[in-house]
Amino acid sequence: MTADTIKKLVTIITELSLETTLIREIEQCGATGYTITNARGKGSRGERDAEWDADRNIRVEIVCNAKVAEAINYMLQEKYYDHFAMVSFTQDVSVLRANKF
Amino acid sequence: MLDPIILFFIFGIAAGLLRSELRLPSQVYDFVSMLLLLTIGLKGGLELSKQEFSTIAPQMFAVFVVGLILPLFAYPILKIWGGFKRADAASIAAHYGSVSVGTYAVAVSYMASLNIHFEEHLPILLVVLEIPAIIVGILLAKGLSNGTNWKVVSHEIFAGKGIVLLIGGLLIGWFSGVEGIKTIEPLFFDLFKGILALFLLEMGLISASKISSLKQYGLFLVIFAITMPLLSALIGISMGLMFGFSIGGTAVLATLIASASYIAVPAAMRISVPEANPTLSLTASLGITFPFNILIGIPLYHQMAIKAHQIIGG
Repeated sequence: MTADTIKKLVTIITELSLETTLIREIEQCGATGYTITNARGKGSRGERDAEWDADRNIRVEIVCNAKVAEAINYMLQEKYYDHFAMVSFTQDVSVLRANKF
Repeated sequence: MLDPIILFFIFGIAAGLLRSELRLPSQVYDFVSMLLLLTIGLKGGLELSKQEFSTIAPQMFAVFVVGLILPLFAYPILKIWGGFKRADAASIAAHYGSVSVGTYAVAVSYMASLNIHFEEHLPILLVVLEIPAIIVGILLAKGLSNGTNWKVVSHEIFAGKGIVLLIGGLLIGWFSGVEGIKTIEPLFFDLFKGILALFLLEMGLISASKISSLKQYGLFLVIFAITMPLLSALIGISMGLMFGFSIGGTAVLATLIASASYIAVPAAMRISVPEANPTLSLTASLGITFPFNILIGIPLYHQMAIKAHQIIGG
């Protein structure tokens, strides 16, 4: 594993209703791509059981470089943490074809 | 005798309260609600193809104004008497100014099962009534100079699934006309009640899940969620009389105005007034007002419409 194959994986779990605006902002932070899946669970804002549109969660995963990851985390903190059900975490990942990201 | 679709709704509530594992797969629910929205749109469009637009336009305008006024009326009640925060009061007010297509569908089915005639162009008024309360709600929460991104908000409103399907159905119905629509009638019109039954089963399950979170929010929300539709229904009845609607049409219009949104408004409010607690407004509109309108409201508004017509008609 060489240093340049190491990238950041940012994972955000949040409300479905945010999808469109959040993705736009993530791209503005410099991310070149992302993966979205549906998610369910429970947290400080109660059970998000996906029974109703307002209770649906998504999980957004972004592989990017450290600078973009930092920009995304800053943006989340500034704009979303206060009012939305949101969890995010960042980890190092080793990726194939690292030049893609 | 109770209409079987109402029994489906009660069945859903009972299963939900018993914490049954039962639920409609979300794709099936999406499909069922899509069919309902399209059918209601198509019916309105068919009627539009028979009528002069100029006779409907004043009604559309009047309904639009009511959509602006209802949240302005609800907001101070929620804020002063209910003691809700500004954002919460504005958001709940917006829910009650807008409409519920599900409630409308049940009213249509109620009239059909009693063979009562009603004005078929009501879906057009439904579309008009969806929107103004959202705008008023946002303004109430944030004031005029607030940096609301209206571009994003209007996209959320007009590109939302409900409005797109209703307007799409309206246009298709309008262009096709009665003859043209015959080929798709079996799916959209003949199956309407069966589809509505499935929809109400799921709505019962969802209502039950909201009812269980009621305890947290106290008595005021319950009283508001029952009183507000009753007052709105009175406005609806007077408008029906003003438009010269039949008894059926007056009752359906009253139901429409008495109903509270649970799809379009929550989505728009979440984006534009994020500090409002979405559980509050959904608990009120889905946990109380929707079941109230389905089980008690519609027959009651029908009786009110009969009385009103008797009084006016002499």
